[in-house]
Amino acid sequence: MMYDTIDIALLLAKIALVFFVILTLAAYLVFAERKVLAWIQDRKGPNRVGPFGLLQPLADLIKLLTKEDFRPIGADKWLFYLAPAMAAIPAIMIFAVIPFGAPLTLFGHTVLLQVSDLNVGLLLFMALSSIAVYGVALGGWASNSKYALLGSIRGLAQLISYELSMGLSLVPVVMLARSFRLSDIVNAQSGCWFIVYQPLAFVIFLISIAAECKRIPFELPEAEGELVAGFHTEYSGMRFGLFFVGEYINIIVLGGLAATFFLGGWHGPFLPPVVWFSAKVLAFAFLFIWMRGTLPRLRYDQLMHFGWKILTPLALVNIVVTGWWLVLRG
Amino acid sequence: MKILSDIAALLTGMWITWKHMFRRPVTIQYPEEKRQPYPRYRARIVLTRDPDGGERCVACQLCSAACPVDCISMQPTEDTDGRRSAEWFRINFARCIFCGLCAEACPTLAIQMTPDFEICTRDIMDLVYEKEDLLIDGCGKSSHYNFYRHAGIGVTQPRGNGAEELPPVDVRGLLP
Amino acid sequence: METYLFYILATVTVIGTILAITEKHPVHAIVYLVTSFFSLASIFFLLSAPLIAMFEVIIYAGAVMVLFMFVIMMLDLGRADEAKRPPLRQWFLPVILGGIILVSIGVLAAGYVTTPHAPGAITVRDFAVTLFRKYGVAVEIISMQLLFAVVGALYLGRRRP
Repeated sequence: MMYDTIDIALLLAKIALVFFVILTLAAYLVFAERKVLAWIQDRKGPNRVGPFGLLQPLADLIKLLTKEDFRPIGADKWLFYLAPAMAAIPAIMIFAVIPFGAPLTLFGHTVLLQVSDLNVGLLLFMALSSIAVYGVALGGWASNSKYALLGSIRGLAQLISYELSMGLSLVPVVMLARSFRLSDIVNAQSGCWFIVYQPLAFVIFLISIAAECKRIPFELPEAEGELVAGFHTEYSGMRFGLFFVGEYINIIVLGGLAATFFLGGWHGPFLPPVVWFSAKVLAFAFLFIWMRGTLPRLRYDQLMHFGWKILTPLALVNIVVTGWWLVLRG
Repeated sequence: MKILSDIAALLTGMWITWKHMFRRPVTIQYPEEKRQPYPRYRARIVLTRDPDGGERCVACQLCSAACPVDCISMQPTEDTDGRRSAEWFRINFARCIFCGLCAEACPTLAIQMTPDFEICTRDIMDLVYEKEDLLIDGCGKSSHYNFYRHAGIGVTQPRGNGAEELPPVDVRGLLP
Repeated sequence: METYLFYILATVTVIGTILAITEKHPVHAIVYLVTSFFSLASIFFLLSAPLIAMFEVIIYAGAVMVLFMFVIMMLDLGRADEAKRPPLRQWFLPVILGGIILVSIGVLAAGYVTTPHAPGAITVRDFAVTLFRKYGVAVEIISMQLLFAVVGALYLGRRRP
């Protein structure tokens, strides 16, 4: 394969842009979460640093960077140091396959607003999201702490239960779009969003991604009421920050995927495509924050029961029904 | 259908939190807006004077004994007229838990709690208050009480002239 | 460039696999094995078989190894000091078998003529057509075998009165 210079420059520019936007957005999502939770609880939230508290993420960053990088006695040194990166990197990598806008034409080149238009994009998402659990599992195990170990065991069991229903809920989407390529999936929804055909799959996917990014009804790996802070109990400073930011990157990425699979990606009337896509991602982020402010945490057996005995069979039935519908429609 | 009622319960919760998002926050922005604590709020401790201007404290050590964290210490002394007072009186506010047991224990109403709660400093030694810092020019919450008018020892008035006090009995007399 | 990439990835795969075998600590062994799976997936990607690459990661790294790790953590098997190297006579047979494999690979490689693979990646459609049209019966038999395994696991794990 040969690339010319402009292609490579554009690719690098896109990667840099995506990195910058996602990391900034993740930092501000932390701020937004604190703000929205405060509003839900009739408080004001952070408002001291900068106008309306808008510089709060910067202050958090400085605090995290200047804290002591602590490693507990008996911790597995290399895995302990590597785990936060293993949690955050797959989350960012998934964003490579998400199309975040309609193709542009620049300098005579057609520029896809997507880092890589992979023909197995959906499978790449499945692969990377199942890899992301190693950060949680190894981080908790390497900490040499009982709370952290319990958190990581919960993380593993939760992943095994939810990865399946998440994958199965995406099968009807692939059947409708007839492609694993995410840009094809988006283009297949130019007329009608898939949420109209597949409301059940959407609900299953939404529940599964809430479990996937360890948000509140399913945040058992962290469970601050039971396990101190779960798998990142022993982490401090920027390593904790990496786990934390990774979680928010996960929210952005999974919100983007939900928008891509069910809400038509960047399709939408009047506004530019990038705006539509961002609006959908932010709406998902807001939904997750809102759920965190409302719902209680599930018990562990309830979660396993729900994943295996309700969501997975429902997703299977949904696949069969969709298959019949597609065959009958011809 | 149980699942329908479950979903309805979830949505009810979501609706309630949604409504709360648009409610006025109840937060009081502390350094800018301050709320006035109630008069009986238990914060910084003071030593008061009686209505005549004398020190109420008789250095009886009861407050020091009542203090659960042992933050009060003093040295008693006695004037020539029999009036007792503290030579020095020290409260370590870095240890004080503001429980108010000292004020309850005080027989002369000398030690009292005030609503002033803003006594933070950067240097912890600034929180050790001496008698000069504690003593105020006022009666605090009880404006009339003077211990020596009820005590039956001749400090503020000759013996037998105090309120609800009988003249002293002449122990050498034979009359009943 | 792709050749260099292949040799780098192949080295990582081989070293990762060897370390996964020799490492005493089960959790470290899993990490090495996952690394090796990852580089193997990248090799598949270089060979224009992205679908196989993704399945490699999803199934082996994402599901099987996660389950292994779950069991190791759950049962607290991660004690490196209790694991002992097997005695020398137990190495005898594996070494012979491994030697046979190595020799046959060597013989094959000596007579191998490189044929450039067909241009263009194997698409999902090609893969699906081959799998379900050509080898449809085999797929069904394997899926039935998996079903037997599930039923057997349910039988073993049932609540006894």
